[in-house]
Amino acid sequence: MSLLLDDEQRMLRDSAHAFLEARSPVAALRALRDRRDAQGHDPALWREIAELGWPAAVLPEAHGGLDVGFKGLAAVFEQTGRTLAATPLLSSVVLGGGLLQAAGSDAQRDHWLPRVARGEALLALALDETPRHDPTRVALRAERHEGGWRLEGSKDFVLDGHIAERLIVVARSAGAPGDAAGLSLFLVDPTTAGVAVERTWMVDSRNAARVRLAGVTLDDSALLGVPGAAWAPLDAVLDRARLCLAAETLGVIVQAFERTVAYLKERVQFDVPIGSFQALQHRMARLYVEIQLLESSIAAAAEAVDGGRADAAQLVSLAKARASDLGEKALNEAVQLHGGIGVTDEFDLGLYVKRARVLQQTFGDGTFHRHRYALCRGF
Amino acid sequence: MSEPDGFRAETRAWLEANCPAPMRTPITSAEMVWSSSRTVFLDDDQRVWFERMRDRGWFVPGWPREYGGGGLDARQQRVLEQEMLALGCRQPQYNLGVWMLGPVLLELGTDEQKREHLPKMARGQARWCQGFSEPNAGSDLASLRTAAVRDGDEFVVNGQKIWTSYGDRADWMYALVRTDPAAKKQEGITFLLIDMKTPGITVRPIELISGKSEFSQVFFDDVRVPVRNVVGGVDRGWSVAKKLLDHERAAMSKFTEGGAPSHDALAAAAPYLAAAGPVWRDRLAGALMDQQAFALTTRRMHEMAQARQDVSALGAIMKLVQTEQESAKYELLQQVMGQRGLSWEGDGYTAEEHDVCRLWLYTKVYTIAGGSSEIQLNLIARRVLGLPG
Repeated sequence: MSLLLDDEQRMLRDSAHAFLEARSPVAALRALRDRRDAQGHDPALWREIAELGWPAAVLPEAHGGLDVGFKGLAAVFEQTGRTLAATPLLSSVVLGGGLLQAAGSDAQRDHWLPRVARGEALLALALDETPRHDPTRVALRAERHEGGWRLEGSKDFVLDGHIAERLIVVARSAGAPGDAAGLSLFLVDPTTAGVAVERTWMVDSRNAARVRLAGVTLDDSALLGVPGAAWAPLDAVLDRARLCLAAETLGVIVQAFERTVAYLKERVQFDVPIGSFQALQHRMARLYVEIQLLESSIAAAAEAVDGGRADAAQLVSLAKARASDLGEKALNEAVQLHGGIGVTDEFDLGLYVKRARVLQQTFGDGTFHRHRYALCRGF
Repeated sequence: MSEPDGFRAETRAWLEANCPAPMRTPITSAEMVWSSSRTVFLDDDQRVWFERMRDRGWFVPGWPREYGGGGLDARQQRVLEQEMLALGCRQPQYNLGVWMLGPVLLELGTDEQKREHLPKMARGQARWCQGFSEPNAGSDLASLRTAAVRDGDEFVVNGQKIWTSYGDRADWMYALVRTDPAAKKQEGITFLLIDMKTPGITVRPIELISGKSEFSQVFFDDVRVPVRNVVGGVDRGWSVAKKLLDHERAAMSKFTEGGAPSHDALAAAAPYLAAAGPVWRDRLAGALMDQQAFALTTRRMHEMAQARQDVSALGAIMKLVQTEQESAKYELLQQVMGQRGLSWEGDGYTAEEHDVCRLWLYTKVYTIAGGSSEIQLNLIARRVLGLPG
């Protein structure tokens, strides 16, 4: 194993880079925002991405996938961070497809995974209920009801929730909020009576929704996996998503950092490029060092996830915590060093700042993952 | 030359047979063997381990056999390092000359200098110290003023060096001296090898905020040094020094990585953590994450080097991060311990508590010596990021 990309992964990264620069530059996200696009992403772009095989990358070959692994997919996510490409790759493939693969029955997998791999069906995970991410703090109830189930409660921050064909709802069938045991997964058609999906408008102009389930009745075929035993597959799939989010954050950071280095070389004040000032040089040098540490952490987390290793959770928390913290620090530095232009909407940097902040909170920030890392290390 | 797996198996077998069990336990600073013309051993195990490694040429495994080295190639050296690490073998000896001057002499020394000095280093018979910094030449090293005036076949040296590690115990010093006061400051400097027994040399130890230290001031009063002791040419010492400082950066990170004694942050903090509370638990997790991210980065750099990617500029990163993390670790431990981390000496506190208090102060040296953190940041900004000088 290696922390470096192999030839195949490097080709995937380079082709993703070239494709996104051409097909989904930052201007594409800006256009979605400015026209308050109903979908919040470009279905034509998603079809092209499906043809490139990204949705199939981490799904098993038996279900139309390519089984490239998360090291390769993380390299793709890094590129999506560089251009702020808005796609349902995380919500539908990593989370939705991942949970179907990990917990679904053969029939559920056979039905959904090939369509997810081809980009034809979109899935979304309805998990968070509290202001801060904590996947055990689920209160939404699932109770036995006339041979089936009855769901009651609401979910926030459901990524791509309003464009999904099916929602995977994490519900509590036993125990109390805070317990890892007693969680169950349900595959819910959003058109079912009692389900209300309301799009929310987030700071990064990306898709999220609030989902309310008021007395929603489902039969047993909606159940994904064993009732009360959702924690293990959920935790593992969340880690894959966290890895991808960390990689996307790295792309956001590197893009903003490179732009800032270039700006410091060209911006002249007091008759010299401001990049010649040591006070600014040292700030950039420190960020560069932090970027190196983050890159190593992400590579190691991907290696552990692909290897199914026992220390995957620890390394993912390492990567996600560093990404969350550095995303905040590096983007704030980029704004400050750009000066006035950095706080104008016309300049793209603000879009990167906003995305970094959403990535920070999604599935655990630095505080959350330091706590988790400490548990992994036994204290 | 053995084939890859053969060398690994042979090396492991030899280490297992020859490294005494007590030499496979973590080392304390008091147990480090500093080789010199009068090497001191605390016990027979130290002596045996020293002699066996010496006779195999493995104080300097990569040096040519003709100078007493092990003649190993880069891959074999890495295998030896890995196997020593795997078995927990201590470094058999410590010697500044081996780490820093040796590689420079191999490249730039005259045949006479190589024959005189390299075998003594390889056999652990000569201890070296460094005479670079002066009271007014720290980060701006090129402004040094210790003068060497030519008199026939000799230079007459007058001036003062500071921050010389173990100046009081060294057999030789490699020093930078000014031979042309009229030239531009980098151009009138010469790299000189000085026998510390030469009349006119006075060494005075420096006490630090952490107590007694290995540092000293060295005074030169009409010290006569043969011209044949010049390395790399008269007035050409600056480029020799730059090469040597690159080795110093590498050695500093190695020194703190596997060489110097250091505390395991988690084990040292654990007994105090419950009382310290959740904020300190969070900070400890952050510090451990920093360490792990650095270890992973070290591994990635090795892999990049093996894949023939350019890693030449990354020494500055390693030195910066390694030393800052080591210092930050003791900041954290000292505070997690509360008042128990404030004990200077005497009874009522554990040896570890005393150590942490002293090391909290001593590790301040790490981010200053060997090119301060600020100098490393300058290097990264200019060499890596290409920001204007």
